[in-house]
Amino acid sequence: MMLADARTLCPQICVVPSDPAGDLDFLEKLAIWAQQWGPWSALDPPDGLLVDITAVAHLFGGEGRLLADTRAGFARRGLSVRVAAAPTAGAAWALAHHGPQESTLTAQDDAIARLSGLPVAALRLDDDVLTVLRRLGLKRLGDMTGIGRDAIMRRFRNRRSPAANPLVRMDQLLGRVPEPLLPVVPQQIPLVQRRLAEPIRHRSLLDQVMRDLAADMARLLEGSGQGARRMELGLWRVDGEVVVRTLELSAATRGADHICRLFAARLDDVDAGFGIETIRLRASWAEPLALSQGDIEAAAENHGTSLSACIDRLSVRLGASAIQRPVPHASHIPERAQRWQPPMEPEPTSQGELAFHLRPLKLLDKAERIAVLYATPDGYPRSFRWRGMVHEVVRVEGPERIAPEWWRERSTVRLRDYYRIEDAEGCRYWIYRHGIIGDRRGGVPDWYLQGLCA
Amino acid sequence: MRGRLRSSARWQPGIAAAGAIHSEVFAAGHEAGGAALALALALDEAASSERGPLDEASDQRAVLWVQDRASVRLTGRPYRHGLPAHLRHRIIHVIAERAEDVLFALEEGLRCRDLAFVIGELAGNPRALSFTSSRRLSLAAEKHGVPLWLVRVDAAPDLSSARMRWNVRSAPSPAPQWNGAAPGMACWHSELFRSRSHAPGEWILRDDTVALSASSPDAIPFARLTDKAHELTANENDSASLQPATADTVDLARATVGRSMAAL
Repeated sequence: MMLADARTLCPQICVVPSDPAGDLDFLEKLAIWAQQWGPWSALDPPDGLLVDITAVAHLFGGEGRLLADTRAGFARRGLSVRVAAAPTAGAAWALAHHGPQESTLTAQDDAIARLSGLPVAALRLDDDVLTVLRRLGLKRLGDMTGIGRDAIMRRFRNRRSPAANPLVRMDQLLGRVPEPLLPVVPQQIPLVQRRLAEPIRHRSLLDQVMRDLAADMARLLEGSGQGARRMELGLWRVDGEVVVRTLELSAATRGADHICRLFAARLDDVDAGFGIETIRLRASWAEPLALSQGDIEAAAENHGTSLSACIDRLSVRLGASAIQRPVPHASHIPERAQRWQPPMEPEPTSQGELAFHLRPLKLLDKAERIAVLYATPDGYPRSFRWRGMVHEVVRVEGPERIAPEWWRERSTVRLRDYYRIEDAEGCRYWIYRHGIIGDRRGGVPDWYLQGLCA
Repeated sequence: MRGRLRSSARWQPGIAAAGAIHSEVFAAGHEAGGAALALALALDEAASSERGPLDEASDQRAVLWVQDRASVRLTGRPYRHGLPAHLRHRIIHVIAERAEDVLFALEEGLRCRDLAFVIGELAGNPRALSFTSSRRLSLAAEKHGVPLWLVRVDAAPDLSSARMRWNVRSAPSPAPQWNGAAPGMACWHSELFRSRSHAPGEWILRDDTVALSASSPDAIPFARLTDKAHELTANENDSASLQPATADTVDLARATVGRSMAAL
């Protein structure tokens, strides 16, 4: 029904936009809250919860009392629920959705007899399967057991998924085949905070609070055997502004000194205004980090920092993009044969590195154009002018021809003829002629200097 | 440590520079000779230093390579396929915008125990690289035992506390065995003009990818060419021609043992 039609029928209708993500989030929180009735719970989106109450019911005085307590608990939160308890998840779902309120099925009961009156929709099937069953005249669960199992199996023989095959659902309902479920596991984000009696305005006090927080955080992380990879520091000011500083670490760590030192560089530009009243430190990404014994000798502990700590400090001051390492890339074009990636990441796997002829030690970011005296069309370079200086070429090796990557580039890209040269002073360079006369991809070829050899 | 050093021992490849752990290499900005010699000397020193029985069989520690923006523009970035094969996967490259940031990155690298050595490239004579800050680098390097090779691109030799200071330019290479017209193995005319532990001197250093070898600039057949090239650079580039020492003065010079480098 369109909203306009609904408003015509009922003018005082209250309209709220649908929020599936919010609903799912609420359901997750509800699943964790519902673990007060059992140690293990799972989601049944969009609107169901499953709680494992194995060996729990006697704590509440039996299944009946447990269900009543559950209903009362939800009613206190303003939610109306239908609850049921059964030996299998499928049976409990069927009873909760289509059975009487607060019905209980125990292992001693005859499940087939109790459930035979329920409609086939209680099997958690897809709509098209329900349509098929309705057309076949199978309306109740009892009807399914009435006709032969072989007939239904023939009808649905190529349906593998449980939601499309009523026999699988029937077996799950009766506990003949297992039904794996995904539990909801609550995860605590390590968080420490200080609410200060007096708003602070000075850096020395902020550093002191920061040290306390880092020590608390280290203790918290150590208790759970974790190390932080990303940390967020929130500073709540008196006037309601929030200053947030985020820190990324190259390896899991929980060293209080290290965290303090990294944040100290990020706190220089914080404007305290009328004062900061609440400081909160949160490790939004934590990784397992085993406990390790501190060094026995104090001297060994003082001996230098680890590589990850060094990279952390550098990236806090210089930016994460300033620290990189070269990795190979499968290409013959020299500037494409090398890529840059963050230093602690593993090298990309490849079937094998390309074996190149001698390559220069250093490559210019952008090949610089040079004026070259050479015998056309493809003779050796005799001398060239680069950055305002003329170099006589004494030794040449080449050309090493590198063709353009035709599968990637346009057809007008020219080939390159590379020469390793040495000038009269002994400086060694790597230059190339871009194209060749008569290749019909441009005029007279240009020369470029791309690399400086050792 | 000083007692182990002979005061005027001549430098030669394969000497592990005990204590001389902060070195500077002066080079022109139109060649890669500075970085190449720094790398060759660092590898030579790492190969010749004494290894304890419990050390790793092959050194897999990373190498920090810090450059400022100007030196990247002048001489480019290190190229993985041109580096020695055992070093390719170990390079960590840092680009800093200002000289202060270069010094910060160098000092952080020197404090790190997981680094084999640190190479820095700094263009010109920035105000931040004062004698104080270079002394800071020396102390950090000596405290943590991480060698520092600072390449000074297009710089004049100012006050510094570096234990060894080199002046380098590329030298004509010997002809390769198979193709006489091709450039040969890397070859540098290098001059050790300040050193705490060794007498100053001049050498032609060659890196044949296995080891570093040195010879006197007069002894080899292409020395005449080198001298000519030297005059050429002397005319064009004052920084490369600081105190051109002749063979006689080399032998008479003594290392500056126990004296402050600042006084020189």
